[in-house]
Amino acid sequence: MVGKTESQNGAVKATAAPAMNLESDLFSNFSFKSFKLKTKQQELLLRVSILGLVYILAFITRLFSVLRYESMIHEFDPYFNYRTTLFLTEKGFYEFWNWFDSESWYPLGRIIGGTLYPGLMVTAAFIYWTLRFLRFAVHIREVCVLTAPFFASNTTVVAYFFGKEIWDSGAGLVAAAFIAICPGYISRSVAGSYDNEGVAIFALLLTFYLFVKAVNTGSLAWALASAFGYFYMVSAWGGYVFIINLIPLYVLVLLITGRYSMRLYVAYNCMYVLGMLLAMQIRFVGFQHVQSGEHMAAMGVFFLMQVFYFLDWVKYMLSDTKLFQAFLRITVTSAIAVGALALGVGTASGYISPWTGRFYSLLDPTYAKDNIPIIASVSEHQPTAWSSFMFDFHILLFLFPAGLYFCFKKLSDATIFIVMYGLTSMYFAGVMVRLILVATPAVCLISAIAVSATIKNLTSLLRTKSKTAVAGSSKGTGGSKASSKASFDQSQPFQKNGAIALLLGAFYLLSKYATHCTWVTSEAYSSPSIVLAARGAHGNRVIFDDYREAYFWLRQNTPPDAKVMSWWDYGYQITAMGNRTVIVDNNTWNNTHIATVGRAMSSYEDEAYEIMRSLDVDYVLVVFGGVTGYSSDDINKFLWMVRIGGGVFPVIKEPDYLVNGDYRVDKGAAPKMLNCLMYKLSYYRFGELVTEYGKPPGYDRARGVEIGNKDIKLEHLEEAFTTSNWIVRIYKVKPPNNRW
Amino acid sequence: MGVRRKMALRFDLIIFTILLFASPVLSDLILSKVDRRIDLTSQIVRITSTLKVENEGSEPVSEVLLAFPDLQVKDLALLKASPHEGKGKVKSLSASLPVENVKPNGMPAALTFYAVKLPKALGKGDSYTFDVLAVFAHALRPFPEKITQADIQLVVFQESAFYLTPYVVKVQSLSVKLPESRIESYTKLENTKIHGSEIKYGPYENLPSFSYSPIVVHFESNQPFAVGQEVVREIEISHWGNVQVTEHYKLVHGGAQNKGEFSRLDYQARPTIRGASAFKYLIAKMPPRVHSVYYRDEIGNISTSNLWGDSKKTELLIEPRYPLFGGWRTAFTIGYGLPLKDFLFELEGNRFLNITFGSPMNELVIDNLIVKVVLPEGSGDISVSAPFPVNQWEETKLSHLDLTGRPVVVLQKTNVVPEHNQFFQVYYKFSKLSMLREPFMLIFGFFSLFVAGIVYMHVDMSISKSSAAYLARLQWDEVQAAIQQVENVINRCLTTHDKLEASLRDLSRTGDVQACKAARKAADGLLKELSKELKLVLSFLQSSSAASQILPKVEELVAKEKDLQEKVMAKHSTVVDCYEKKTGIRDSENRVAAQQQKITALRQEVENLLELIDEI
Repeated sequence: MVGKTESQNGAVKATAAPAMNLESDLFSNFSFKSFKLKTKQQELLLRVSILGLVYILAFITRLFSVLRYESMIHEFDPYFNYRTTLFLTEKGFYEFWNWFDSESWYPLGRIIGGTLYPGLMVTAAFIYWTLRFLRFAVHIREVCVLTAPFFASNTTVVAYFFGKEIWDSGAGLVAAAFIAICPGYISRSVAGSYDNEGVAIFALLLTFYLFVKAVNTGSLAWALASAFGYFYMVSAWGGYVFIINLIPLYVLVLLITGRYSMRLYVAYNCMYVLGMLLAMQIRFVGFQHVQSGEHMAAMGVFFLMQVFYFLDWVKYMLSDTKLFQAFLRITVTSAIAVGALALGVGTASGYISPWTGRFYSLLDPTYAKDNIPIIASVSEHQPTAWSSFMFDFHILLFLFPAGLYFCFKKLSDATIFIVMYGLTSMYFAGVMVRLILVATPAVCLISAIAVSATIKNLTSLLRTKSKTAVAGSSKGTGGSKASSKASFDQSQPFQKNGAIALLLGAFYLLSKYATHCTWVTSEAYSSPSIVLAARGAHGNRVIFDDYREAYFWLRQNTPPDAKVMSWWDYGYQITAMGNRTVIVDNNTWNNTHIATVGRAMSSYEDEAYEIMRSLDVDYVLVVFGGVTGYSSDDINKFLWMVRIGGGVFPVIKEPDYLVNGDYRVDKGAAPKMLNCLMYKLSYYRFGELVTEYGKPPGYDRARGVEIGNKDIKLEHLEEAFTTSNWIVRIYKVKPPNNRW
Repeated sequence: MGVRRKMALRFDLIIFTILLFASPVLSDLILSKVDRRIDLTSQIVRITSTLKVENEGSEPVSEVLLAFPDLQVKDLALLKASPHEGKGKVKSLSASLPVENVKPNGMPAALTFYAVKLPKALGKGDSYTFDVLAVFAHALRPFPEKITQADIQLVVFQESAFYLTPYVVKVQSLSVKLPESRIESYTKLENTKIHGSEIKYGPYENLPSFSYSPIVVHFESNQPFAVGQEVVREIEISHWGNVQVTEHYKLVHGGAQNKGEFSRLDYQARPTIRGASAFKYLIAKMPPRVHSVYYRDEIGNISTSNLWGDSKKTELLIEPRYPLFGGWRTAFTIGYGLPLKDFLFELEGNRFLNITFGSPMNELVIDNLIVKVVLPEGSGDISVSAPFPVNQWEETKLSHLDLTGRPVVVLQKTNVVPEHNQFFQVYYKFSKLSMLREPFMLIFGFFSLFVAGIVYMHVDMSISKSSAAYLARLQWDEVQAAIQQVENVINRCLTTHDKLEASLRDLSRTGDVQACKAARKAADGLLKELSKELKLVLSFLQSSSAASQILPKVEELVAKEKDLQEKVMAKHSTVVDCYEKKTGIRDSENRVAAQQQKITALRQEVENLLELIDEI
């Protein structure tokens, strides 16, 4: 009976089928088969188009800042970079290289060509000249604004190839997609954030990729390429020290784990020697590769490699293992002894400079706080909070350990590298907020391995099953289909459903990541910090453009040779936008000079006047947020001025400005605080202003207190300009009174 | 006060010493009525004089001389004469009378003369009435020259109460209109009346030629003294439908200099009192249908601007970054696009641009105005017609996708006032085909990029053709091609199998054994051919060393396929047999079922293998 019903079914099917069959035959014979690309080509097409989309995505997601604000340079350091790029494009490279800038660090000046990393400026100028040559009449500002997004896009391509080198092309694609939108990277590469890091991360990842490629292939060409990548990195950012320490460390680990090979020997030696020689061409770096403590690890490993090679040769020549053991002991001991001796003599004689404070503060998070207040005073040098890890990495933070697991499961030279890169950079990211940036590529790559490997496993599970099911239904008659399906289902119960659920979960996580990244980019990381935006009472957007108001006022209405004193944060902006000479700026190369300014700010007006006279100061600029509630103003930074000033001039004592260890500006504040220059300049005539309804006049909205000294008289200075929201206040230093 | 008087006196002395040498009237013209109105309500001084000339001599006269002291001429921005129509209004410029600078003989040296050509010569006893509009920039002098933020701004204006002319004047009167009724001081002569913010002198009768009586008015003026020290207007024509205007301003407050502190608190609390002399904003009147307006300066966008408009005009209010006090400077750029069809016209094969000369800003004095008209690349036969004399030269500008640069006509004029906002024309020739050049350049650029890509992919770039790696790669390429071929063949075999299956289904439906046999025959032939092909490729693969890795898989595939082929054939034969022997369908089904299962399994294996090989 069963057979009968079945056959009838079959007959019914058969009558319905022919028309369809004919069609599908036609379809499969002509259109489908002939137009169907080969699987390889299909894959290539998919890969290229995904990569192309990621490339575009990486670029456009960084344009939020242009949409929200305008095409402008952001923050502090980028203004210096912009100014130098402008100089480079106007005056040419030689002028740039020999530029002595008398507009900053008055009266010392600054040798710009010898104290900067020119990579970024040269890159932007090169792009500018190329576009000009191709007859695109762009403005240099637009080029500078879009340099960081452009290089972020290039980084995604490098990330793809790197991922492909470490794992497979799938991991590469995922890594490219991750790094394209990872907030940790976006924070330093939005349009307008024209800073060294923008191109440096590209250079960093490129160098690592080329080095790993060189190690994998043992090819001299790749090693040479990585040396050039290193050269570019050295020219772009001081973070190159990370490369020159990580690569030797990696080589050392390979040596210890017995993975020494000729490939490694070729790759490291070529990269180190050529990279070092190339790096010496950058004036700011100069002979540091052979003279500074930070670079000695690379040199030590270089000599160690030679010893290894020598031992290998000796081992090959000596057939006796015992003899070789003895020889090994002697050689290694003497090599270490000679190395230690050389290092000791070098350090003692001063030929090798000791580690710098910055380097120490990287290894030891508490070092800067105790010894270098100027480093500790920068907010981006603070130790990282967990929340900012979460903010910048989101799910990558959880995927990172999973990726490490996969890497350890499939150890190779390449995965060892990425593991080491990930672990070391994670440590540094914990030490300093800004170094999250360096960790980002590693985190993205390792997480990509986790995602790619997981998804690949799951889909391969799904695919084998679904294929048999399809094959069964298309070919077999009813009975065979049922049986084949049953047999497969029985063998692996629930696996398919589990895989689907896991895939959906992964999809959910990834889409959460994407929305988080977009949100962070648009809300948190796209503010230029020159223009402040706030929500008004009616939900409208209020723009505080006070910085530019003040700088433009300086530019237009002060004598061209006026010297402006301000805290160093604003130095670059004043020179770039105000076009006036400053006493100190963000290139904090001279601590004493900064301390002098800090001392002036924290002294009484008379004493400060003497200091300002000695520095030829014409105008003093302070940033004040009491009216708008803008909290990163000079009063809140003031303790750092006291600390830095007091570090050099013991007359300034921090306790003088505190009351029982509390920092206050209200009636209970310390008398020295209430009468120091910074306080006076910030609050001059503020006591007459009602800032908030229902509050007494002189209510400071940034600190939420009524100020303690409302009757401020200035003797040697006069108010020259205050911006519309009082954020920037500029005072003119009066000439001394006639004596009689 | 004393100082000012003294200065005025000295000025007068100069004039009077000149007048001593003055020669008598040169023609028999007299001015029977002179009516002068001086408008001091803004920083720009406008003197409108209505003159009625009468010829008392016998010879016809067609020219009337106007005289100005040299000190005034330096500030004279515009001088225009037009026939008097109705109630003292200056009418359209088309009706204006030609005015030219002349140097008549025997006239005082410190005077500059302009001759107005009358439309027709005046005969004896004829009279003619016309208006003369003289516009002066910088004629108001701030006094005191430095004020604090809280002070009001006072300015001084000097003129003669009598009309300075080489002719005898019968009746004349003068009225001075001030912005506000607050007057610090003014010269009192006979017949002086004050009427709110207006001072009236006259009427005076029967005064001889070159009569002069200085008056000084010292009054409050808090009007914006916006002076453009240098304004560059760049008008760029795109034949794709846009006229882009970019204006670079360098502004200064030309009034009394600010001294001492600037207190934001005071300014914020009482801007009209503690900042009366400052100006906060400027208004620009722009043509209708203006679009893409921007307002920025060297360091970025300025967000304080407002644009509104209707079908007749557009108004743009711009606030500089900070209020401008006396002597403060600012610089900014505004830019806007205009529809091409409103401004560009064609005339006898020539094109011409018809656009206003001056800046659209209200009551702005421009010391040095440079207008650059950027024509599309490839324009020729350029000529300019301007309603007043301007300096003119040509430049080229390199912009987007330019090879030779765009021709730029530069017009330069000093002392420009809003009255100069007249249309001027630039004529040029431009062929429509040149418009297509830039798109073609772009197309060509991309095309060559792709061609370069194709060439790169297809050209063998390796340097050493004999290196091991290169040879290995070549070999590998060959192996890949062979494997591709194998895959192809197998795929074709599989399709043939499908066809056989289809023929079986047809058989079960129609019972046409012959057709089924024919299909079988065709398939047999095809498969034989394919197996021949396969053998060829396989032998190549076996010989190649590079294929050693993949070979076992390929061989397995081929074997499996052969197996599958046999099974399919067997099944086919059984079914056909059953039909020929007329054994029941049910029977055949039962016999085939076992075969079918094997076939399915085999087919699955073959496909898996195919995929595997593909992935390698």
